[in-house]
Amino acid sequence: MKLKVQLACAAITLFMGAPLYLITLAALSSRRSLNEFPLSLLPTSLSGETMSTFLQSTGILGGLLNSLTIGLSTVALSLLIGLPAGYAMARYAFKGRDPYQLALLLTRALPIVVLSVPLARIFLDTGLYDTTYGVTLLHTALALPTTILITSAIFLGVSREQEEAAMIFGASPLAAFARVVVPQALPGIAASAMFTFVLSWNEVLGASILTLNRRTLPAQVLATLADSPLAFRFAGGLALVVPALIFIAVARRYLLNMWGTTLR
Amino acid sequence: MRQTRPALLLIAPSIIFMAALFLWPLIAGVTQAFHGPDGPTTQYVRRMADDPYFWEALRNTALLIVVLIPLQFALAIVMALLMRERPRFAGLHFYIWVVPLAISDLAAGLVWLSIFTDRGYLNSVLDGLGIPTYSWLSFEHPQTMFLAVVVAELWRATSLVFVIVIAGLQGVPRDYDEAASVFGATYWQRVRHVILPQLRPSLQVALILRTILALEAFAVAQALTGRNFPLLVGETYQWYYQLQNPNVATAIALVVLALSIVAAVGYLRLMRP
Repeated sequence: MKLKVQLACAAITLFMGAPLYLITLAALSSRRSLNEFPLSLLPTSLSGETMSTFLQSTGILGGLLNSLTIGLSTVALSLLIGLPAGYAMARYAFKGRDPYQLALLLTRALPIVVLSVPLARIFLDTGLYDTTYGVTLLHTALALPTTILITSAIFLGVSREQEEAAMIFGASPLAAFARVVVPQALPGIAASAMFTFVLSWNEVLGASILTLNRRTLPAQVLATLADSPLAFRFAGGLALVVPALIFIAVARRYLLNMWGTTLR
Repeated sequence: MRQTRPALLLIAPSIIFMAALFLWPLIAGVTQAFHGPDGPTTQYVRRMADDPYFWEALRNTALLIVVLIPLQFALAIVMALLMRERPRFAGLHFYIWVVPLAISDLAAGLVWLSIFTDRGYLNSVLDGLGIPTYSWLSFEHPQTMFLAVVVAELWRATSLVFVIVIAGLQGVPRDYDEAASVFGATYWQRVRHVILPQLRPSLQVALILRTILALEAFAVAQALTGRNFPLLVGETYQWYYQLQNPNVATAIALVVLALSIVAAVGYLRLMRP
């Protein structure tokens, strides 16, 4: 039994891991070796050429910059709006709490595509079309329900007594929040912020529909997909995968909270 | 209740924001799909239905869900049960298994393109073994094209189900399992009669979520096959971008929404205890 378990685990790890290895290998091979057949499965001719050609292609560096700007603004905006709401969910038993929570869960069932096309029209009328602000607004809307649910779970884990003690000793509610609650909740908030960033980094459909020139990196890759050489596509694949590897390594502890339990 | 006022102040910004970005576009979308220059119209819906690509996309999307989701759930449950056995190198396995959580469907398509493309890694391996190579993604071979999309989606999105099932398993006390084993239940009997029934709520959530997300898949097929394997959301993108017709694009988007709602309600009814 034990041996079978080990073998099964190894097989699944091979299935999950091999494609990651191969895309890295492809993106780090020179253009010339990618034209050979059969391709070598071992890193025999590593080169930064394919990656650097990709990064120098039109729109890629700009796209990278737009993706970063939009990702960071989405994190900031969703925390600004989401943290107070998450705090309220954790600390107050207020009227309308259940319908509010239900509404948060329901918005997750709304396909992005249903929002994107009408939003493009609305943004055209309001001057937000083809701006990083417009995409930030869409991504914040997508991330906000999760941010609220995760942060409320995090605030529930911070002792209420300590917060009240601070207030008894004369701290204002805001000071008690900033100096007692925030430090304890910080790791969880950071994980939630990274979740939001990755969501924004990965979202391609809405970003494609809401922009024309200020494309994000995935939107730029998608738009030029049909006319670009294979080497470009492999490099694009790796560029999109790398943040995922880092994010999962850093936020592993919080995964079950983010994708597991809060989904209920 | 006493504490309603401060709480409402704290949640008010989120309510305003979500109304502006969910409710407003939703209403605008319905208007866009059913309202032409001269009042209410069904012309956009008819144009959508007259397009052969639409029906192909609908068929492909349905086929993808029907084939992918059972495979994905079987694999995810096996993965979760394996983790429960506390294998060696559990940390490393877990990391590799959950990495796809943060990978987009466009990236997944590009990753698997390096494997399935004509001069890619799969054919390189076949060639090395002396087996003739095959054009997996050619439009002349719709079966393997579909297979490639299924494998890429299985790779990318199984980890979401896995994480939900793992979280659910943590709520299943080991004592039940041990008690059943003391009374002589085999491993499969325990899985079937002790563990799976308790996982029901997690599986239900995962099923709803995965089906809705599978309805939204498109970039993976776009990266692997271009428009040779159209999916519903990919068609919205086509109508919006290539054909410059946002009205038809919204009509298709509303079909996706309707299917999502039907799927969610259907599962909730089907799996009611």
